[in-house]
Amino acid sequence: MSEIAITSSGRGRGVKFRPVTHDSSFARYTLIATAVLFLAIFLFAPLAIVFVEAFSKGIGPFLTAFGDPDARAAIRLTLLVAAISVPANLVFGLAASWSIAKFSFPGKSVLITLIDLPFSVSPVVAGLVYVLVFGGQGLFGPWLAAHGVQIIFAVPGIVLATIFVTFPFVARELIPLMEEQGKIEEEAALTLGASGFKTFLTVTLPNIKWGLLYGVLLCNARAMGEFGAVSVVSGHIRGLTNTIPLQVEILYNEYNNVAAFALAVLLAGLALVTLGLKTFLEWRHADALSGRARRH
Amino acid sequence: MTSPSLVGKNARRFTAPSVIPGFGLTFGYTLIYLGLIVLFPLATLIWQSSGLGFSGLYAIASEPRVAASLRTTFFISFAAAVVDLFFGLIVAWVLTRYDFPGRRLLDAFVDLPFALPTAVAGISLAALYSPNGWFGAPLADYDIKVAYTRWGILVALIFIGLPFVVRTVQPIISELEAELEEASATLGAGRLQTVIRVMLPPLAPALLTGFALAFARAIGEYGSVIFIAGNIAYVSEIAPLLIVVKLEQYDVPGATGIATIMLAISFAALLLINLVQAWSRRRFGHV
Repeated sequence: MSEIAITSSGRGRGVKFRPVTHDSSFARYTLIATAVLFLAIFLFAPLAIVFVEAFSKGIGPFLTAFGDPDARAAIRLTLLVAAISVPANLVFGLAASWSIAKFSFPGKSVLITLIDLPFSVSPVVAGLVYVLVFGGQGLFGPWLAAHGVQIIFAVPGIVLATIFVTFPFVARELIPLMEEQGKIEEEAALTLGASGFKTFLTVTLPNIKWGLLYGVLLCNARAMGEFGAVSVVSGHIRGLTNTIPLQVEILYNEYNNVAAFALAVLLAGLALVTLGLKTFLEWRHADALSGRARRH
Repeated sequence: MTSPSLVGKNARRFTAPSVIPGFGLTFGYTLIYLGLIVLFPLATLIWQSSGLGFSGLYAIASEPRVAASLRTTFFISFAAAVVDLFFGLIVAWVLTRYDFPGRRLLDAFVDLPFALPTAVAGISLAALYSPNGWFGAPLADYDIKVAYTRWGILVALIFIGLPFVVRTVQPIISELEAELEEASATLGAGRLQTVIRVMLPPLAPALLTGFALAFARAIGEYGSVIFIAGNIAYVSEIAPLLIVVKLEQYDVPGATGIATIMLAISFAALLLINLVQAWSRRRFGHV
């Protein structure tokens, strides 16, 4: 019966009509063309030119750029910085979301706002605040100098600045996700005798793994690509305190276009992989990600 | 007899009783980490600038070069956010309401400015708009210079702000109720009238939020701008760059002053966003 009902309610053949909630095809095509053109000019072209410039002299000069010891040092430093700052913010994200989502306490929304704070601070200001704390004229500057510890214009400063700018990524993904999931499953596991740590490992972690991966992915992309904050605290010492983005800047300012864009290809590739995985997670595991508005 | 003491005990508790363990550990770690990494350094900035006092801050802000850079940053960020508002709405509309080949790909690419490191965006925009670049060369035929002028700053800020508008507006467009559109149409409104008078008003809070987010981001943006701006003092020098310049000249108080003013602007934008969202929740029941 129901099959008949469906076929008979289908559109009549040859009858053209437009639902009142649809735009006219003229409006539709104009808007689509405008959007596509705008995105082509402002998004596709900047991405495409990175690859075009990098390979403008062929594959040889492109590869030569990676033979440069300074470039290799920059790649190593970028990997090191990400390897410290991403796990640091991962642990923080887990701790913050556990305490915020599984318990109720006064001042919770203030705490969430404070966690988001680094996103509203300019990267340059993020670098500057660490100069004010650890720099030569800074709060601890004289004490650090007396003890021979260097933070600004050295790797620790770069790591700290990177941790600052990537601070909220994991936490802001996990907090709404864990709030949506509630605490019933954890309470069940605990009352059945599981230890707190075992509950986290076998109940909570499987529930949040995709959201966690999502947060880590975005955190890592930003950690490897950060420029402003790192630029302020790095001191730009070649082979020592230059990350990939800083090395790109130096090469570009020396009119060494091919080498600058060759290193930029690495970062653009990272961005594309991040976008690809992010889109995949949103498409395949949408229900396992936080449904709240997602802004970075 | 025992109830008063129980009440007293509960009243002293910071968090509600729960079988879930680890509150002290995770909450303590959260506060300490947040305090050390974010709050203490930011407090140092505010403490240092309070040493300057209002007159000191005003003196720094009214230094001609600083004033020029703040004006440049503020007005071009505003203009870029307006452009993003307009085209962001069109892009969000097209991506949510229409289906066409390549829509998914386009949708994924909207996040590119979030994912692409700002330095890469900076050099590629500079290459595109330089006098012999893809866009720079044809524009040069009409005597239009984009790279190394204020227009270059505008282009870079449009680039980095776009996803904020699109991603804020998109979910609201997809939640628009078809019944309202149908009602409007059956009551005799034309399509344009329906769009402008029935569908756009509920989008206003999201548009305003997206605008404020794009604006706040543009105010602080550094990496993508400095390569294309030309960085000519008084003309195309942005405030974040001037902080770097002051630091290189060991003028820490000057850098602190500019940073404090920028921080105040971005907090004002943040406050605006929260007010808009609170109003929107009351008025429309969503953010």
